[in-house]
Amino acid sequence: MAVTVVFIGKLADLAGEGEREVAAPLIWAGLADALGAEIAAAVSDDRTKIAVNGEVLADKTALSASDGDEVALLPPVSGG
Amino acid sequence: MARDVQLLTKGFSPGKALGLFAKAHPDAGGIASFVGKVRPDGGVKVLELISYERLTLPGMEKLADEVEGRWQLDGLLIHHRTGHMRPGAPIVLVAAAARHRRDAFEAVDFAMDHLKSRSWFWKREKRGDGWHWIEPRAQDHDDAKRWDI
Repeated sequence: MAVTVVFIGKLADLAGEGEREVAAPLIWAGLADALGAEIAAAVSDDRTKIAVNGEVLADKTALSASDGDEVALLPPVSGG
Repeated sequence: MARDVQLLTKGFSPGKALGLFAKAHPDAGGIASFVGKVRPDGGVKVLELISYERLTLPGMEKLADEVEGRWQLDGLLIHHRTGHMRPGAPIVLVAAAARHRRDAFEAVDFAMDHLKSRSWFWKREKRGDGWHWIEPRAQDHDDAKRWDI
């Protein structure tokens, strides 16, 4: 029972890896427990977005990921 | 409308791609294009562009939908690199073929402004003292806002 968390950009530097499996379900209030306080703080930044299975959440605090879901943590884009 | 939207992981030749695009649209009255390159200044040794599979290319397709809805085009091409690039290397090629030049110019300008500020790319530069993540530029956001009507 796992959720795949994908770290993008500088969040991958913070995490020390590109992705990690964490126990399902994964909700906003459980981010610090699942990923550590440092990453949870970076994800709390207003400009950081969250996508579940390729859909960007309009309200990231509504995060609710289940077994098999892919959760991507997205820092502000820097443009092409 | 014929559309060619690609995310490229290796170096490419904008000239060759543009030649093929022109050949594919012999009836167009005009073709406008833009090539963006890694700026060869400021001590940047390598530029890395990072994409996210589930958002980046789908986002480029959505941008193409929007361009198609706003301008009368015969063809639209958007090729964008990811990965490591040296100064002077091409990053992006956008081209639009249209009956009339104004549609082609504006479509390319619009697509570039959106690629620069609202597309799913993350960027870092390698300088003499290591890697630096690049934050979004306010100017790029202002450029994209010109089209919000």
